[in-house]
Amino acid sequence: MTQLVSNSGTTAASGLCSSSGCPTSSSSNRGADRLAHLPEAIRARIHNHPCFSEEAHHHYARMHVAVAPACNIQCHYCNRKYDCSNESRPGVVSELLTPEQAIQKTLAVAAAIPQMSVLGIAGPGDPLANPERTLATFRGLSEKAPDIKLCLSTNGLALPGLVDEICRHNIEHVTITINCVDPEIGARIYPWIFWNNRRITGIKAARILIEQQQKGLEMLVERGVLVKINSVLIPGVNDRHLREVSRVVKAKGAFLHNLMPLIAEPEHGTFFGLMGQRSPTAAELQTLQNDCADGMAVMRHCRQCRADAVGMLGEDRCAEFTLDKIGAMEIDHDAAMQRRAETRAAIEAKRLAPPSATLVPIVTLMRRPSSATRTIRVAVASSDGQTINQHFGHAEEFFIYTADGASVRHIDTVRVGSYCSGPADCGEQSFILDDTIQALDGCAAVLCARIGIDIWGRLEAAGIMPNGEHAQERIEEAIAAVYPELTASRRLNQSDATPTRQVRHGGTR
Amino acid sequence: MAHRIIDGCVNCWACEPLCPNQAIQAATPHFLIDPAKCNDCDGHYADPQCASICPIEGVILDGNGQAVNPPGSLTGIPPDQWATAMSEIRAR
Ligand code: SF4
Ligand code: SF4
Ligand code: SF4
Repeated sequence: MTQLVSNSGTTAASGLCSSSGCPTSSSSNRGADRLAHLPEAIRARIHNHPCFSEEAHHHYARMHVAVAPACNIQCHYCNRKYDCSNESRPGVVSELLTPEQAIQKTLAVAAAIPQMSVLGIAGPGDPLANPERTLATFRGLSEKAPDIKLCLSTNGLALPGLVDEICRHNIEHVTITINCVDPEIGARIYPWIFWNNRRITGIKAARILIEQQQKGLEMLVERGVLVKINSVLIPGVNDRHLREVSRVVKAKGAFLHNLMPLIAEPEHGTFFGLMGQRSPTAAELQTLQNDCADGMAVMRHCRQCRADAVGMLGEDRCAEFTLDKIGAMEIDHDAAMQRRAETRAAIEAKRLAPPSATLVPIVTLMRRPSSATRTIRVAVASSDGQTINQHFGHAEEFFIYTADGASVRHIDTVRVGSYCSGPADCGEQSFILDDTIQALDGCAAVLCARIGIDIWGRLEAAGIMPNGEHAQERIEEAIAAVYPELTASRRLNQSDATPTRQVRHGGTR
Repeated sequence: MAHRIIDGCVNCWACEPLCPNQAIQAATPHFLIDPAKCNDCDGHYADPQCASICPIEGVILDGNGQAVNPPGSLTGIPPDQWATAMSEIRAR
């Protein structure tokens, strides 16, 4: 894969994956974009959208601004102390901005990060439960940075009434979270909605919400707006039903279906978390994704980013753009827009170029050709997707590879909360570590640059062998090097008790 | 008489834009209703707007000091059925 245009304002630590190659395509020529089957016109429109195109998210940056705090429904997987769980992992709090501040911040980021192509509003509540704030932000940006695409995520309740207003702005993409099309199932997910100035509960509430979501989807498609559907997989509630949801939304013209696992920890204080509702296993999610993939494009690389995320998917540079910092920035908007246009042109030229000649077929990276065919999963902490260069505790995502004796392939990237990102998070360390261990479930080993001794023990106990011996080595080579010892060790046999999952290229989230 | 927001409010902003009398103020540790401005939505809406969208049980009191959304009213699970509901959900 080609290198990104480097970005002058980037520090090594919080780099805007400026040195990153595309692990998907460098590890396998089957890394074809999952959107390949879509009509040309739609493909062209999502080509540069880092959240929609598996390939674009290695090149372009997106940001979200948190301008819309209120919400007009209740989801059982959400604690309203925190950001909308449809858009973020639970437990996240974003800094609320006024529309003016949001416009200023977006322009500052777009000036500093010329790869910026998308501005989204996804919370912290429901953007359409705060239509004035959301639309004021969009209005200002369509005026001042018409090259930036706007997008919006909503629970759908207020959508039909606002579709025409939305379409007046530079909005191309809308994401609707649709967890069901059956009100009886809906009533087990949504206890109430606020509708026509009253609170409505139970099946009646779910019916209205579902009707509004479906109507909103139809209206947007009619007007040529791209619609992505998010669904949260809730075991025992909508797990079987989501196949039906996938079928219905596809028939209505949604272009992507993003299946996300329920996150329900008691610590998050959500209804489901407190009641002990379980999350789906990686295998359950994957089976559903595979089933639904027959029907339509299913997105697997969503990182459930936070409502004020800045930067490339899977990174977060918001600390660089706090209100006091952007207040002090002097920005030449015309020059910034010009720089974005040049950056885009350079990126597009590179994306069209043939893969760089330095790529070596993976098979030749295996040091000792082995007759073993056992497939193992290995997790890697890497900031750039190329070398093993991250401390385990600093990793916000892990690259998941499979190795089977003949090849090493990147199949997935899982996002986790880094458990030592600063003193503010200290109280949450241990549950984040649990989350991380759960996210790495099924991996025989995790390769990282460094790792703390206490965490080492926890991982070992979970059957995941930590390994810091291959720091700074290239990922594929290091995995090829550890494969023989992992397949030989007894530890693997233990973790083998979990049946090896049929892994299709493309990942699980 | 006026409605009142008490401790337990999570500052979610949902009520603030809905008040027909602009009686609700964003404040910490929790949002506040200005008793001089709140008229219980009389003449505007059948239901008090703040209490009809508030996601937290028990944090908005009516003029008589009664919780508009008592325990169980928002989760849909009355307190005495909590244990049963929990065991059902855990079995999923
Ligand atoms: S729509 Fe978002 S903010 Fe509203 S209750 Fe659901 S998850 Fe929470
Ligand atoms: S009861 Fe009505 S008037 Fe009083 S604070 Fe609530 S919304 Fe405002
Ligand atoms: S809706 Fe309820 S929890 Fe939210 S700010 Fe108002 S009183 Fe507080």
